[in-house]
Amino acid sequence: MSSVAPALELKNVVKNYGPIRAVNGLDLVVAEGSCTGLLGPNGAGKSTTMRMLTAQTIADEGEIRVLGHELPGDSKAARARMGVVPQLDNLDTTLTVEQNLIVFSHLYRVPSSQRKAAIERVLKIANLGERRDSKVDELSGGMRRRLLIGRALIHQPQLVLLDEPTVGLDPQVRQELWALIDLLRSEGVSILMSTHYIEEAERLCDTVTIVSHGTAVAVGAPEALVTEHAGRDAVEIYGSPERLREVEGEMAKEGFPTRRTGTSIAVLGLDDAAGRAPAGERRPANLEDVFVLLTGEEIS
Amino acid sequence: MSSLPAEDRAPGRLERSAIGGVLVREIINFSSYWRSTTFSSTVEPTIYLLAFGFGFGSLVSVVGGYDYIDFVATGTVATAVLFSSIFPAMFGTFIKYKFQRTYDAILAAPVDTEELVTGEALWLAMRASVYGCAPLLVGLVFGLSPSWGMLAVPVINFVAGYGWACTGVAIAGWLKGIENFNYVTSAVITPLFLVAGTFFPLTGLPGWVQALAQLNPLFHCVQLVRHAAFGWEGWADVWNFSFLVLFGLLMWRVAIAAMERKLID
Repeated sequence: MSSVAPALELKNVVKNYGPIRAVNGLDLVVAEGSCTGLLGPNGAGKSTTMRMLTAQTIADEGEIRVLGHELPGDSKAARARMGVVPQLDNLDTTLTVEQNLIVFSHLYRVPSSQRKAAIERVLKIANLGERRDSKVDELSGGMRRRLLIGRALIHQPQLVLLDEPTVGLDPQVRQELWALIDLLRSEGVSILMSTHYIEEAERLCDTVTIVSHGTAVAVGAPEALVTEHAGRDAVEIYGSPERLREVEGEMAKEGFPTRRTGTSIAVLGLDDAAGRAPAGERRPANLEDVFVLLTGEEIS
Repeated sequence: MSSLPAEDRAPGRLERSAIGGVLVREIINFSSYWRSTTFSSTVEPTIYLLAFGFGFGSLVSVVGGYDYIDFVATGTVATAVLFSSIFPAMFGTFIKYKFQRTYDAILAAPVDTEELVTGEALWLAMRASVYGCAPLLVGLVFGLSPSWGMLAVPVINFVAGYGWACTGVAIAGWLKGIENFNYVTSAVITPLFLVAGTFFPLTGLPGWVQALAQLNPLFHCVQLVRHAAFGWEGWADVWNFSFLVLFGLLMWRVAIAAMERKLID
């Protein structure tokens, strides 16, 4: 970890909705210039966390600092230097691509002398130069998403929040967006990205915070998390549901963590197993193993 | 980025650049739907004016000392202001909040709820100020005599429109579903609309109704517009105007409170 102040820091943050505790003592750090993934299943508190970072949701307890500003009191100053890509598309659909960017250049206070250049820059980043006069209604899903991301960059923010940036998109579009996010990363923009797509986190994030029930259950670089929680290799054992249940029991006795994949049981933590490793299909362990292991299987 | 000079200053409340951003969004959006809105905002009160003016006008030629068509032409100005501010405020706010999620995007920018509501209300007030003049212009065509006082009508419209726009935003903020808007329209807006001295003078109504009308901002707006056209009435108009200003200020804060409750959790 560098000694530079983090772009974003949450300490012991709690948010309740009536009797439901959506965020439960969450700690989260986005180091300056890094891309951090907030990885968790649906309902883990990711969206609530994202909303707290723009002070649209106010935490009940804990501390939130964004770009050196204390939230919620100082949130407006933080928002001025932060770009937000929402999960749900909220572009103005009857306006053109360029008009959408003009509106946001005003909302984000881009000085009028720089407005034109800022819009051209975003059109280039989002690769929408040729569609500048198209109404948003006429754009494909991928183009809309690119515009949504580009719109958040109009004021050259130091920190970008991406809330499930590729949810519901086909693989081609997803790759396109990954390239775009990678470009931002290479420019030194700090990024916090919530996602439940493992591959997305693995490819783009320097650090991942895995959340479950509103708490961080693991933090680290993706490879480090895999090594720590799942080991180098996983062994997948296939069979009937009864057989799989048996395997789970046997492995639990042996002290090996397992996780279900739906069609098989993946046995993890085999680095020191030597001869005790079960027979099955061996493959490298991955972040999905860690994710399911840490968030997936408790019966609630 | 270091090129933005505003960065080091701590942002305050009700900043011009934030309200301006909200206004720019509305103005650019307006370019895509101004035709239909202008049509309905001007044709509707004109139809009221012509129907009542000529319909009733054939039965009663003089009301309260004025030609009936002149009486209605000035009265429907207030109606046009009401309709072109409270309804777009109610529906627009709800749609932008719930369906388009525009407010999520705006509040993620350096804009607070207070500035958002203020910007939206200012925009609707400006629109209402212009649209409210339509019945007056139609009236002039049908024989209303022009007067210098009429130049004050856009100002009256603006102040009243601001209050109604804030009222609409507040209603959208308090109500859970768009279907509940019907209750407000029937139980609140229609009575306000009818008991304001627009189409008939209140002098024929029971005393308690006349007393209640004093609390109806639309009544004060009707009075002001009429006096602007036919001659000011001194302190009475100072009171009418003050009432509208107070109404606007009160509803502004109510609208902000309602929207903060809705948008910030």
